Amino acid sequence: MSTAPGRPEPGTQGRASLLAFVAVAIVVLAAFPHVAAPYYVTLVLPAFAYAIALLGFNLLFGTTGLLSFGHALFVAIGAYGAAVLSSRLGVKSLELILVASSVAAAVAALPVALLSVRYVRIFFGILTLAFGMLFHSFLFKFYDLTGGDTGIRVLRPTILGMDFKELDKTAFLVGPFYYACLLLAVVLGVVMWRIVHSPFGLHLAAIRENPIKAEYLGVRVRRFRLLAFLISAFYCAIGGVILAINTGQADPELAYWTHSGELVFMTVLGGFASFFGPVVGAFTFIFLKSELMGLTQYWRFCLGATLAVIVIVFPRGLMGLAKDAWRTVAKR
Amino acid sequence: MTSFFDVLLGGVFHASVLFLVAAGLQLVFGVQRIVNLACGSFYALGAFFGITAVNWSIGHGAPQWAFLPVLVLAGIVLAAIGPFIELLLRSVYKRDEAFQLLLTFALVLMFQDVLRFFWGANPQQLGNLSMSYGKVAIGAVSFPTYNVLVMAASLAIAVGLGVFLSRTRYGRILRATAENREMAEALGADVRWIYASVFTLGTMLGTVGGALVVPTAAASLDMPVELVVEAFAVVVIGGLGSMRGALVGALIVGLTRAAAISFYAELEVLAIYVIVIAVLVARPAGLFGKPVE
Repeated sequence: MSTAPGRPEPGTQGRASLLAFVAVAIVVLAAFPHVAAPYYVTLVLPAFAYAIALLGFNLLFGTTGLLSFGHALFVAIGAYGAAVLSSRLGVKSLELILVASSVAAAVAALPVALLSVRYVRIFFGILTLAFGMLFHSFLFKFYDLTGGDTGIRVLRPTILGMDFKELDKTAFLVGPFYYACLLLAVVLGVVMWRIVHSPFGLHLAAIRENPIKAEYLGVRVRRFRLLAFLISAFYCAIGGVILAINTGQADPELAYWTHSGELVFMTVLGGFASFFGPVVGAFTFIFLKSELMGLTQYWRFCLGATLAVIVIVFPRGLMGLAKDAWRTVAKR
Repeated sequence: MTSFFDVLLGGVFHASVLFLVAAGLQLVFGVQRIVNLACGSFYALGAFFGITAVNWSIGHGAPQWAFLPVLVLAGIVLAAIGPFIELLLRSVYKRDEAFQLLLTFALVLMFQDVLRFFWGANPQQLGNLSMSYGKVAIGAVSFPTYNVLVMAASLAIAVGLGVFLSRTRYGRILRATAENREMAEALGADVRWIYASVFTLGTMLGTVGGALVVPTAAASLDMPVELVVEAFAVVVIGGLGSMRGALVGALIVGLTRAAAISFYAELEVLAIYVIVIAVLVARPAGLFGKPVE
């Protein structure tokens, strides 16, 4: 892992080309609804959701070195937050829903994190999985509160007080909501970039590389892990809100352990050692899954085989491949 | 009183099947340090293949009472996939745990469709075959003989595994490898063979467990992912890598589940995971596990 997040990126020239790449990506995404069919545009929405969630998830996994197998829990809290607020409590403002749900997730993450960060490695993974399943069975079994296996409907929110009544469902999603998500992704991406490259982020990277040495040098390992955990929960919940509004439904499957597995899948697919890896992973995964589902009923097998190949042959993910290719080109 | 015995026997029956799967998980973790998420997939594979094997044997004129040995045999035969999967896992032994866990997750996804390909999306059942062994009655309480046989078989396997691991030469080498791989290798233990055989044994425990449960429950595509949840609870309560832990953990989870289902069904999985978290908070390494570093 030569360029793990948390390390200064190489040279100003590298930084300029990186900025150019990001700017082009944002322009392409902003133009996308005007050139692509609505179906593909609605696919970008979950990709935005996962990109945001995984940026947070990777602060814990890629930067701090803790693999959670239960972060779907916080995605589900975001989704159920949007559902309860919009269809039970009559809160329609997207901004309020985002703030309330993500803060709720961070608050719920506090006891989970307090217990989990006492462990590392596989024990951390199993404990977080346990918490995820605890929440899933609560959602699944307490029908009166949570709607059981069908979940709760999510009503269309207002954006900055505008309700867009003249637009139908798809037009709303691929129109104002799309741009709200793009804006969110960009803003949260910039914030995460600042976090990862701040002294705080460098502390986290130090913890990943050598927790004992970091502690010796005065890093408060547990407190920093805890903070990284809370930030990741916050990001995952925002992803959950977007997912739920996109599908119009919050259901218990969102908290299931296989969904947590998918989060890890996407992160590794894109490359967890790179800042933009999770974002690339989210977009690739969503489009790959949708294409495979259209091609064959055995899409799970294909996804599993893809994951196996990535894990065995390309552990640095797509961004790792891209970096190698870039280096070869640059040398010439 | 009757309901008390129902819960007790139902719980112990569930525990004896869970123990088999958890024992496979423990064996593989103890030696190879891999947490195998695909243990549930082996279990489901055993269940589906068991149904096919029994139907095939009855179709070929085997007597009905023979279904229990046929199921066990089906489970054992299926373990032949073990060495091939171990070959795949071999490429990540030296990698970070995250990759090992993810590779077994990839297996879960692939097996999901392997099952769908061979047996379709609908749940399958063996009918009421388990009743053909009749019932055991103790006073006012009666219980299917088949379930008693499964409990006995599971107990026998538990004892057999214990003796095998502690008394035989192979068992000693295996435990030495689990303790310190490099040292065992330096002293001449064939670690490649041990890894392959341990993984196959672990697979077999899962497939046999799945085959044995199928006369009493339907085999479905949800089986693999649902079982993992319980098997994980067992090994965490008992302590990762400990056989005794698997036994005690299976009993705790089996009985808790049976009690929750009969008294307050909403708490089924919730109760199990409350215990898991309580154990992890009070005894981080589980009841019988070695202390975490």
